[in-house]
Amino acid sequence: MQNPFRSEAEAYRLVLLLVGYFALIVAAKVTVGTGAALVVFALLTVAGGVWLARGKSERPAPSASARRGPETQRRVLVIANETVGGEKLRACIREKTEGYDEEVLVVVPALNSPLRHWASEEDRARAAAQERLARSLEGLAAVGIEARGAVGDGEPLQAIEDALRTFGPDEVVISTHPEGRSNWLEKGVVDAARARFSVPITHVVVDLAAEREQDTSSQRPA
Amino acid sequence: MAAHAADLHAHEAHPPVANQSSRVSAPMLGMFLFIGSEVMLFGSFFTIYFFDRVVNNAPEWPPEGFHRPVFVAGLNTAILVTSSFTMHWALQAIKRGSRAGLQAGLVLTLAMGTTFLVTQMFEYARLGFAPRDGAFASTFYGLTGLHGAHVFVGLSLLAVATVRSFRGHYSPEHHHGVEIPGIYWHFVDVMWIVVYATVYLL
Repeated sequence: MQNPFRSEAEAYRLVLLLVGYFALIVAAKVTVGTGAALVVFALLTVAGGVWLARGKSERPAPSASARRGPETQRRVLVIANETVGGEKLRACIREKTEGYDEEVLVVVPALNSPLRHWASEEDRARAAAQERLARSLEGLAAVGIEARGAVGDGEPLQAIEDALRTFGPDEVVISTHPEGRSNWLEKGVVDAARARFSVPITHVVVDLAAEREQDTSSQRPA
Repeated sequence: MAAHAADLHAHEAHPPVANQSSRVSAPMLGMFLFIGSEVMLFGSFFTIYFFDRVVNNAPEWPPEGFHRPVFVAGLNTAILVTSSFTMHWALQAIKRGSRAGLQAGLVLTLAMGTTFLVTQMFEYARLGFAPRDGAFASTFYGLTGLHGAHVFVGLSLLAVATVRSFRGHYSPEHHHGVEIPGIYWHFVDVMWIVVYATVYLL
């Protein structure tokens, strides 16, 4: 939703709009009656609500184009949260960077509860994300993938946008849980990212439970 | 790679780095909280007003024996809305680098705000009823008085901005000290439009 007090100019516009709003309501009451004033009030209030709500969707969608670099070099941006340590994700990164002078940036969004987010209490969320990130980087290093890491914004799309501006990747890999267990899929993060950014986006589904089960069975003596 | 991981572990001992891209910046959060608290404050007064109006279910409003000075308050409304225009003009002037425009805009805004407050005091003196004279009188004085207090705060902020403008402060790049009182002044204006329309006209 738009904040009508974001700047002096927007606040001034609100003053003018409000003058018009009440002028129409009062004019309806004076000329026709209370019923008409109520109808005008309802219509204008709904129109105002739609206008405020549309302010969000009309926000210009930032789009970052793919970086132009040497053909032997490849930059991959990985966005993942709980699935950041998944074997399938590691395999995907290995596949994307094979034969290239790779540069991988893993961004783990600092997921937070809405209440803590609004209270700007992000320390714990960022510390937890940092821990997951460190484990993931160690895992990638173990399979020979050179990677850097960063904790990103709590909203995955914002985290991608930030990384696109500073890292300029050739490709983005978004890792999620399988459908039904993934909050990001439920929110349509992958589709929204594809619509919003012009960089190629690969979606990797990591089933951590299945991977753990597989690990356990492979460690069992035959 | 191991070096990267080691770096990350080394940083764990310190508070995490501030997230520059956070969707709610501190000034924005402050403004949201301020507006939220003000909306609740005025909202509580409006609730009392409408409760009184609906529960009384009087055939005429305001109740018999009370008279609202609609015309004088209308003039006051025009003065306040005009002061929003001069406030906006002042800020636009300093953005263009016109100090004279900034000073003229601020002085005019200050003068009109003071006129509003003085007129309201005269209006109170001539109303013919006091806050103790029933629920309508209490809520009338409560709402308009609460708004008057906000005008007083706004005038204080504007007075500081005006003095600073005459001392050579502010520039096209740095005019935060005018923008913030400007937002507050427009907020005060917005609240008055709501108060005037609901208490005096509807």
